[in-house]
Amino acid sequence: MSIDKDTVRKVARLARIAEPEERLEPLAKELSDIFGWIEQLNEVDVEGVEAMASTVDVSLPMRADQLQGGSIGGGQPDNVVANAPKTEDNFFVVPRVVE
Amino acid sequence: MTDISNLTLAKLRDALKAKKVSASEATDAYLGRLEAAKELNAVITLTADKARGMAKASDARLAKGEGGALEGIPLGIKDLFCTEGVLTTAGSHILDGFTPRYESTVSSNLWRDGAVMLGKLNMDEFAMGSSNETSFYGPVVNPWRRAGDPTPLTPGGSSGGSAASVAAHLCAAATATDTGGSIRQPASLTATVGVKPTYGRCSRWGVVAFASSLDQAGPIARDTRDAAIMLKSMAGHDPKDSTSIDCPVPDYEAAIGQSVKGLKIGVPKEYRLDGMPAEIETLWQQGIDWMKDAGCEIIDISLPLTKYALPVYYIVAPAEASSNLARYDGVKFGHRAKTFDDITSMYENSRAEGFGDEVKRRVLIGTYVLSAGYYDAYYLRAQKVRKKIFDEFTEAYKKVDLILTPSAPSAAFGLGEKADDPVQMYLNDVFTVTANLAGIPGASVPAGLDAQGLPLGLQLLARPFDEETMFKGMYAMEQAAGFSARPDEWWA
Repeated sequence: MSIDKDTVRKVARLARIAEPEERLEPLAKELSDIFGWIEQLNEVDVEGVEAMASTVDVSLPMRADQLQGGSIGGGQPDNVVANAPKTEDNFFVVPRVVE
Repeated sequence: MTDISNLTLAKLRDALKAKKVSASEATDAYLGRLEAAKELNAVITLTADKARGMAKASDARLAKGEGGALEGIPLGIKDLFCTEGVLTTAGSHILDGFTPRYESTVSSNLWRDGAVMLGKLNMDEFAMGSSNETSFYGPVVNPWRRAGDPTPLTPGGSSGGSAASVAAHLCAAATATDTGGSIRQPASLTATVGVKPTYGRCSRWGVVAFASSLDQAGPIARDTRDAAIMLKSMAGHDPKDSTSIDCPVPDYEAAIGQSVKGLKIGVPKEYRLDGMPAEIETLWQQGIDWMKDAGCEIIDISLPLTKYALPVYYIVAPAEASSNLARYDGVKFGHRAKTFDDITSMYENSRAEGFGDEVKRRVLIGTYVLSAGYYDAYYLRAQKVRKKIFDEFTEAYKKVDLILTPSAPSAAFGLGEKADDPVQMYLNDVFTVTANLAGIPGASVPAGLDAQGLPLGLQLLARPFDEETMFKGMYAMEQAAGFSARPDEWWA
């Protein structure tokens, strides 16, 4: 599997990582090498095998539908925004997104 | 008492309870050693004041004859665990200044039991690496060197700070995490004991996420008993982690010293690699003989899908990472770029500046394999091969109780030696990654030195939630190996 420069540009955009033009070619080479090695998975017969997302074979536990207290409880906006680079009145501040 | 730092965790615990030493003395002894070992770069944030405060509180409890299982024991915490009010970086520039308002469940459990936090330990960025070289804070240096050769070596990764600081006696023990081998490979490279428990045994809540279906916390310690004591405190059901398993945590220390007679030990032929150093092969055979001498039955087994485990991992882990790391956007915490045109370029520039090369590479791989048109060919196929690997272990454990393999394909290597070739670096985890994919427990125990005087470990793998049998086997192997070598303290 060979990955070209345009694919890297597209994937970097999807991943929201700014990659300078001069990095695209070296990245295409690196990723192609990695995917070339990964290709060996095609040797494995997976016909009829179910896909495994987790080794924990339990259904997601439900909790009681009540307000949570403590560190995971609500009502603590100061803690929620405490680490944000920019805030105002307990809101996250971002560049304008609507005209 | 002048040599507090030479006491194992178990011996320090007993000395504290007997009031032969105070928690404050122990803490000061370790803080002194940490100060003197800056050259190892094992620590990102030293929390000396907090440590002294916690030690004082421990001494007050000990004076009253109270205290938990780890009362007054000074520990290092991998910087992947969120610690309330203490900088938590995950080894990444993008988490600059991140000071959690909450404490991870695993570290909370340790403080509940009376342990003292010395500081936050260096690691590969977001736990992505096998040599500690991807850390934004620079690589950790292995306390071990080749005989007569000052070349700085890697302690392994990603829990390199944990392994190096335990090996250099900078803390009594440390927390670590293992997504593909990040506890066991550094343990092997530093002559420490590293335990990755069953997936679901330790809560992932408050542990910075890398690949959520694989990440599992565990201890790095000086010997098997210490690792058992640590895991007992770290483990336990946590309703805040939906994959945490609600089953009782046994007293692992009680398994130490129990007979291994009659245990069936599987030896998988597929773990014999072309080009593997002969010394590792010899040591593996030595380990087989030790277990046989201890009364175990050795059974040759076959795990033919072993070679596909790493390629599966390099689809599944980056896929999950690309999703988990989407939260680093310069809005909610951490680094935000200074210059941008709009919100999209703010995201793109913040992430470009904040992530290192290996993290970017994996986020790109993950984004690619999850993107439309490639999902079935890569991600879905990898998940199916994962299921087959899981089934292969389930079958093997019908015939054997434990599986014995080498821990890593080489001893510690020089910093920079493998940095240019990602695939070569990935191969470090060839023996460890299968346990993460199958969710089973695994541990590395120091077993011997190579011709250059560098430590090598052997790995034991057990059935899900059967860490007790694993601890029995580890202790038997430790007794047989009689490993007592220590690195020269060239850094002090």
